[in-house]
Amino acid sequence: MDQPFFNLIFSKDWRPLSGHFGLFPFIISSLWVTILALIIAGPICLFSAIHLTQYAKTYVLKIMHPVIDILAGLPSVIFGVWGVVIVVPFVSEHIAPLFGKQTSGYTIMSGGIVLAIMIIPFVLNILIEVFKSIPEELTEVTLSLGATRWMVIKNILMRKAYPGIVSAFGLGLSRAFGETIAVLMVVGNVTLIPHGALQPGYPLPALIANNYGEMLSIPMYDSALMFAAFVLLIIVILFNFISRMVIHRMFKTM
Amino acid sequence: MKRSKLRNAEELFFRGVMIISTSVIGFALFLILWSIIKRGLPALSWEMLTQTPKGGFYFGKEGGIANAIVGSLYLASGATLLAMIIGIPVSLYMNVNLHKRKKLVNSIRFLLDVMWGIPSIVYGAFGFTFMIYFGMQSSLLAGIITVTLFIIPIMIRSIDEVLVSVPNGLMEASYSLGSTRSETSYKVFFRQCISGVTTAVLLSFGRAIGDAASVLFTTGYTDHMPTSLSQPTATLPLAIFFQMSSPIAEVKERAYASALILTLIILFISIVSRIISSKYQKNKIKL
Repeated sequence: MDQPFFNLIFSKDWRPLSGHFGLFPFIISSLWVTILALIIAGPICLFSAIHLTQYAKTYVLKIMHPVIDILAGLPSVIFGVWGVVIVVPFVSEHIAPLFGKQTSGYTIMSGGIVLAIMIIPFVLNILIEVFKSIPEELTEVTLSLGATRWMVIKNILMRKAYPGIVSAFGLGLSRAFGETIAVLMVVGNVTLIPHGALQPGYPLPALIANNYGEMLSIPMYDSALMFAAFVLLIIVILFNFISRMVIHRMFKTM
Repeated sequence: MKRSKLRNAEELFFRGVMIISTSVIGFALFLILWSIIKRGLPALSWEMLTQTPKGGFYFGKEGGIANAIVGSLYLASGATLLAMIIGIPVSLYMNVNLHKRKKLVNSIRFLLDVMWGIPSIVYGAFGFTFMIYFGMQSSLLAGIITVTLFIIPIMIRSIDEVLVSVPNGLMEASYSLGSTRSETSYKVFFRQCISGVTTAVLLSFGRAIGDAASVLFTTGYTDHMPTSLSQPTATLPLAIFFQMSSPIAEVKERAYASALILTLIILFISIVSRIISSKYQKNKIKL
């Protein structure tokens, strides 16, 4: 019953009862949801981080600090409930008709939106740390030469913080990749290779969580699911490792 | 003249974008809380908080989720306690005994940060294989052990963040008075960072009570009140999840109410940790 490694990763054939375990649709779904979440969350985090570190008055910070903390502390199942109540109907009634499509709303798009909100506090906190680590003299010197605040941000801050920004996004990506319950609740869970954001998907963590019940009753099923968990672990650790490395190095040199 | 006008326009535009993105974050939190409260409040009742599920509970008949609330509290307290017993000495050791070995401590921090990033479902799968290896059933104990593994990196890193800020002079003063390393650790450093430890503990507790993916395999689910460590136990996130996937409207209503209960617990924890950290801030010695 041994299966070659590449067969498991790249096969589209998922029929546990006859011993076919192709993880490809799940990996692709995971990538779709994760990258969509990052596309939504990335710019929001970047602009807010600049706003909060460069422009914001104290009262804004006083409001935003607890907001970020609470958002970071909310359990994923709460995001899931919110996704089912608000995001899924919104996608089905407002976003899908924009593209001339009809869906139930349980799509990759809903998963991406929910995930984006979940990783925002996480990415934002790292970005704020990154921007704070850049020495103030650097910006002050440029300001004294007559540059506007935005020019300083664009030409000095962003350039200096570039590796930090990329690795913050990398960490957000790995956080989003492993998120389970919230995504599972809104993404539809259909074993298909998705071709667009308005189709249902079935990411890796959802696969593991949904099938743990019957995995001991079908031969090799448990091994296949544990392999899925292993793939997840390797990808997340890889992303984490590289991003953390860059951030550690950045804080050391400054 | 023209160039500077263009510059100003650019600056104004991007400031607008920044303010919008910041408000989006605030609005998202508001929307989440508002939708949970609006849906959950009408379904919330005293019965839900105090009773276990009766027959027909999952068809919309009477009963409550007291078993899940109590189970979650047991699970989170047990895991937090275990993580504290391991986490506090480790972080003190990293900052006092290994004070001179910056490189080693930094690599430990690096590893803990990577561990923090591992998804909880992987911890759950790990706990599950562990359980099968030892021939254990899904139980409260297995859940506590899995969640402990999951929150240890959070606990150590948050205590560590506070310990780093303890001034160097304090350690030197303590040594010069003839105290040993462990006395310095537990009597000087620990007292200095009690507020930090409390916040770390509350943070870990919040994580432990809210996580669903790691307990899904290990703790199982039951309709009875938890009475022993070796029995399966219901947890609040799973109760929400299972009720939410029901097609019956009454059961869904209860899912919203359960979500409201969990949210209130999390908000309570967050407020308490804020109060504690601001109250103890003034007792700290600053150099």
